[in-house]
Amino acid sequence: MEQPPGETEKVVERHVKLINKYGLHARPATLLAETANGFGAQITIRKDDQEVNAKSIFGIMMLAAESGSTLVIRAVGDDAGEAVASLEALINKKFNEE
Amino acid sequence: MEIKKGIPVSPGIAIRRAFLLDTEGHQISKRFIKSGEVEAEIARFDAAIPRARREYEELRKESNPEIAQIFGFHQMMLEDPSMRDEVVRWIQESKFTPEYAVARTFHKKIKALQASRDEHIKLRHIDFHDVEQRLLKALAGGRAQDVRRLEEDVVLIAHDLTPSQTANLATTKVSGFATDAGGRTSHTAIVARALGIPAVVGLGNITSEVANGDLVILDGTHGKVIIQPDEETLREFRAKEKQFIEFERSLTELRHLPAETLDGHPLTLLANIEFPEEIATALENGAEGIGLYRTEFLYVTDPEPDEEVHFKAYRRGVEQLDGRPLVIRTLDLGADKFTEGVLPIEPNPFLGCRSIRLCFVRIDLFKAQLRAILRATAYGPIKIMLPMITSLSEVRKAKVIINDVMEDLHREKVPFEEDVEIGIMVEVPSAALIADFLAAEVDFFSIGTNDLVQYTLAVDRVNERVADLYQPAHPAILRLILQVIEAGRRHGIDVSMCGEMSGEVVYTIPLLGLGLKTFSISPGTIPEVKKVIRSITQKEAVQVVERIFTFSEAKQTDNYLREKAKRIIPQLF
Repeated sequence: MEQPPGETEKVVERHVKLINKYGLHARPATLLAETANGFGAQITIRKDDQEVNAKSIFGIMMLAAESGSTLVIRAVGDDAGEAVASLEALINKKFNEE
Repeated sequence: MEIKKGIPVSPGIAIRRAFLLDTEGHQISKRFIKSGEVEAEIARFDAAIPRARREYEELRKESNPEIAQIFGFHQMMLEDPSMRDEVVRWIQESKFTPEYAVARTFHKKIKALQASRDEHIKLRHIDFHDVEQRLLKALAGGRAQDVRRLEEDVVLIAHDLTPSQTANLATTKVSGFATDAGGRTSHTAIVARALGIPAVVGLGNITSEVANGDLVILDGTHGKVIIQPDEETLREFRAKEKQFIEFERSLTELRHLPAETLDGHPLTLLANIEFPEEIATALENGAEGIGLYRTEFLYVTDPEPDEEVHFKAYRRGVEQLDGRPLVIRTLDLGADKFTEGVLPIEPNPFLGCRSIRLCFVRIDLFKAQLRAILRATAYGPIKIMLPMITSLSEVRKAKVIINDVMEDLHREKVPFEEDVEIGIMVEVPSAALIADFLAAEVDFFSIGTNDLVQYTLAVDRVNERVADLYQPAHPAILRLILQVIEAGRRHGIDVSMCGEMSGEVVYTIPLLGLGLKTFSISPGTIPEVKKVIRSITQKEAVQVVERIFTFSEAKQTDNYLREKAKRIIPQLF
C-alpha cells in the first residue's frame, strides 16, 4: 500500500479522533469508504499498527475502531489534500449520526 | 474421469448432471479445482458478483431507508476490490473453488469481527455472513436450486437421504440417487425401487468427489458412479441405457399377461401402497389388487385421526379398485407419534408399545380406524390386517374390539360388510412359530419379511454397522416362511407376502417353490417378478428350494439364487 511519493505526488496525513458514539460500525464505515472512493488518491487509515485501504469496506471493518480511538488518515495523490480533509470532516461531523 | 464403486440397490442407468445435497437439503460444493480450470472459475466468480449486486439493488428498492442502508453496506462489500482480490488469490494460488475461496475469505473476517470487544462491531459479522451467503447463492447459478423445484433431470447425490427429504423431492426430475452411506435396505434403496430409478449407495465419500453440475453416469445395476466420463465411456453407457429402456419396455408388455408359471400354475400379484392415489399406477403395472395399504401416512399427517378423513381415503381406494381386493393394515406406528396414553420415549421402540399393542392402549384410536374401515366395506371388498401379532390372545382381543365397533355401527344403522375378512401380518418370530394356532382363527396371513428378518436375525437394517447381517436368504428365515405357508395351507387360508423380499427377483423362484401363491409388492417391481414367474415351472422352483434348504449359509443361498435369476433376467444383474 505504501508508495514513496513521486515528485508531483502529494502526501497528506492527519490524526483524527473517532468521536461518534458507536465507532466505525456499518454505517460510518460505508460512508467513509464511499467518500474515499470519490477521490483518485490512494488513501489508507491506520489504527495502532493496523493499516487498511480506506476504499475497502472490508478493510475499514477489520480495523474495528471503537469510539475514542485515534485514526491516522494518509492520502497519496493529486487530490490527497481534499481527500483527507473530506474524511476528517466526515469523522468530526460524527458521520451525521448525532 | 473417475469411477466410484458402491452397493447397487436399484437397477438401471442414468446419465445426468449431479445435484448435491447437504444434510439440510441444501446444495454443497467441492473444494478444489484443477490448474486448467483457474481462469474459468475466476470468470465464474466475477460473473456472480453483479448477480448478487442486482439482488441487493432490488432489496434496497423495496426496503425502508434504514434497512436499505444495510443493504447498501452489503453492496459495498460486494464491490470491495480487496475482497475480490483475496478470493481470486485463493483460487489462483490454492486452487480453491470460488465457493470455498469465498467461504475462507469471509470466515476469516467473520472470526476477526467476532473477536471484537465492541458489540456494534461484533454484530457486523452477521452482515458479512449475509453477503457471503448471497455470493454463494449467486455462484450456484442465479438462485440456489431448491430440490423441490428442479428444472432439469438430475442425479441426486447426498450423504444419505431421509424420508422427509425424499418426500419433498420433485420426483419426476430425479433420475437416480447416489449416497455416501446406506445399504441394501436403507430408505434410499426403497424409494429408488419404488420410483423405478437407479441407485447406488455406500459410496463412502462421493459427496466430496462430485461437484454440482458434473456429468455423471449412474449404473444402479452394477453399483458404479462415473464422474465426468470421457467420450468413449459415455458412448458405451448411452448404449447400455438404451438397452435397459428397451428391457423395461418389454416388461410393460407383460402387463396384461397372467402371472403364471410355464406349467400353468397361477399366482396372484398385488401391490403395496401408501396412498389411494398410487392405485392407478399399481393397476397399470398389472396389479390385481392391493395386498397392503399402509395407513401410517394418515397418522403422520394427523396423529389424532378424524374418522371421516380415514373413511374417505379408504372409500377412495376401494372405488378405484373397482371390485379388486383391498387389504388395509391397521395402525402400525410407535408411541412416539402420539402424545397421550403412552410414554413417547421408549428405550427400545421396536420392542415396545407399538402397532397393535398401542391400539390396545389407545382403544379410541383403534376404534376410530376400525369404524372408518368397516364403513368403507360397504363400497367394495376390503380386508382388515392386524400388524405385529405375537400371540393368539391378541387376535382374540382385537376381534372383541372389532365386534364392539360392529355393534355400534349396527345400532347407528350404518351399513358395512358383516363377514369382513380379518387377517394378520406374520412378522414376529413367535407368530411364525405358532402359525398353526393362529391359522385356525384368522382369515389370512401376510408375511412381513422386513420385520421378520430384523427380529429373527436381531438386526436393525438401517444400522450401517450391521446392515449386511440382514439376510432374507438366511436358512432360519426360509424355514420360518415354509412353516407359515404350510400352516396356512393346512388350514385353508391364503398366505401372501408383503415384505421387500417378495419384490426382489432373486427370491421369486424360491418363494414359488416354498408354495407362496400371492405376492404383494411395490408396483414398479410387478413386471419383473411376473417375468420370472412366467419363465420357470413350479417343478423347477421346488427343486431350487430343495437345493437351498441344504445350504447352511445365506451367502451360499444368495449366490446360487443369483445365478438362477441372472439366467432369466440378466438385465437386472
